[in-house]
Amino acid sequence: MISYWPLLGIALVVVGFALRFNPLLVVAVAAIVTGLLGHMPFLKVLGVLGHGFNENRNVTLIYIVLPVIGLLERYGLQQQARTLIMRMRGATVGRFLVVYMLFRQIFAAFGLTTVAGPAQTVRPLVAPMALAAAEKQNGTLDEATAEHVAAMSAATDNVGLFFGEDIFIAISSILLIQGALKAYGIELAPFELSVWALPSAICAFLIHATRLVLLDRRLRKASR
Amino acid sequence: MINIHWLYVLAGLAFAGFGVASARNSANPKRWGNAAFWSLLAASFWFGDFLGDVGNGVLVLALVALAGFHLLGRASERTTTAEERQRFSERYGSKLFLPALIIPFTAFIGTLLFNYTPLKDSALIEPKSVTLVLLGLGVIAALIVCYAWLKPRAMSAVDEGGRLADSIGWALVLPQMLAALGAVFAAAGVGATIGAVAGSIIPQGSVFLAVLLYALGMVIFTMIMGNAFAAFPVMIAAIGFPILIQQDGGRAAVIGAVGMLAGYCGTLMTPMAANFNIVPAALLELKNQYGVIKVQIATAIPLLMANIAIIYIAGFHL
Repeated sequence: MISYWPLLGIALVVVGFALRFNPLLVVAVAAIVTGLLGHMPFLKVLGVLGHGFNENRNVTLIYIVLPVIGLLERYGLQQQARTLIMRMRGATVGRFLVVYMLFRQIFAAFGLTTVAGPAQTVRPLVAPMALAAAEKQNGTLDEATAEHVAAMSAATDNVGLFFGEDIFIAISSILLIQGALKAYGIELAPFELSVWALPSAICAFLIHATRLVLLDRRLRKASR
Repeated sequence: MINIHWLYVLAGLAFAGFGVASARNSANPKRWGNAAFWSLLAASFWFGDFLGDVGNGVLVLALVALAGFHLLGRASERTTTAEERQRFSERYGSKLFLPALIIPFTAFIGTLLFNYTPLKDSALIEPKSVTLVLLGLGVIAALIVCYAWLKPRAMSAVDEGGRLADSIGWALVLPQMLAALGAVFAAAGVGATIGAVAGSIIPQGSVFLAVLLYALGMVIFTMIMGNAFAAFPVMIAAIGFPILIQQDGGRAAVIGAVGMLAGYCGTLMTPMAANFNIVPAALLELKNQYGVIKVQIATAIPLLMANIAIIYIAGFHL
């Protein structure tokens, strides 16, 4: 008989996030409740949580780039990114982000996933450039539009990364799929898996690029 | 051999620096909260392996308490003004991009050098940490160039890095916390339970419905765990292998590869994938902390339908 009680932890996470409690608090409470309902003593839960946190420090490593990015911002990096876009004739938010997505997908497909990201490229370069392009199309942006363009910059980075990286044969997700299937006696080479990431990669590019083109059209209409 | 622990030492240094920068920032009324938060994180990077599991758990609870009781603040920032930045950017021009490009360039050249020269066998860098080691090298090189060229004050790098860290705030450790939650979920048997639920509602006789359930299961479980990696083994065990591959004779490579990508559509729609969805909202200082997720949904849903079609057509009819 499987116990369904530990699923209550998931419900706590959903409710906590929906009510916008501090997410760190929500996660910690959910972890402790789930563990206790799964018949683990409190110290054991605390140990599993602490061990999991310590083993996953690599997730937080990326922030060693912050001093470099902050320093360059101090000397006008974002302003220079804007100037560059302003000088480019025919640059629009849509076109700029489509090109960025293409590069992000291609780099990820070659296994270069950490060359870009929210801290490395989106905040210092991509978002300021996208905002500058939008201002060029539309004059001063209202707050909702500026927020939408900034959010789209981050979204484009994610879509490019997620639907590019699995084309690379040595990425951890391909190795995970290979390992999981091997457990059932199905032997596949990484290449046989990564080739099937291509149709989805093309669909992702087309769907997201369509949305970016539509964003351009909306900005053009609004400026009239 | 250079392994990941060298980077943990570097990261500990960075976070300790942010802690000092926070403590120095008297304009922040909650500066000691920020200083404590970053210092605890530095301690985790430096001493995490010596604290024991329960010790690390206590450290986690301390971080959560600082964030949960709203002891972190932000201050009017001690950095250059917009006018000063405009003047600097006119003076330095597009050369300002060069230090930022050193980091990806180091990763690119380093990966090539490491994979296609005898360096690979030199045991200089631990193979599974190569990307991160190159990232660390790139950061150090970029900092050296910045200091030699722009000649900022000695503390500028940690002050400016701390400014960005403070603007991300607690969201910075959320991805790591969620990974720890995943460990607790696994230990409590949540995955097995969800797999049993998904496996028990399988419709008989319809390949399309089974494909639909497999893909939706990947999406929903990914949204819960924040990570398609945790969902994949469960869904393969519950539906992917027994129903789609074994019973219906689907093509395993398609079901594996595209099933994972269907899960990625879920990643685009969940706050649990904090490093992709919540941290960028904080970094870009969006009003709505779910702003990035909001704009991703309209890409994720059509893309999910495309992935379902790919599994159905390429998995069973090609």
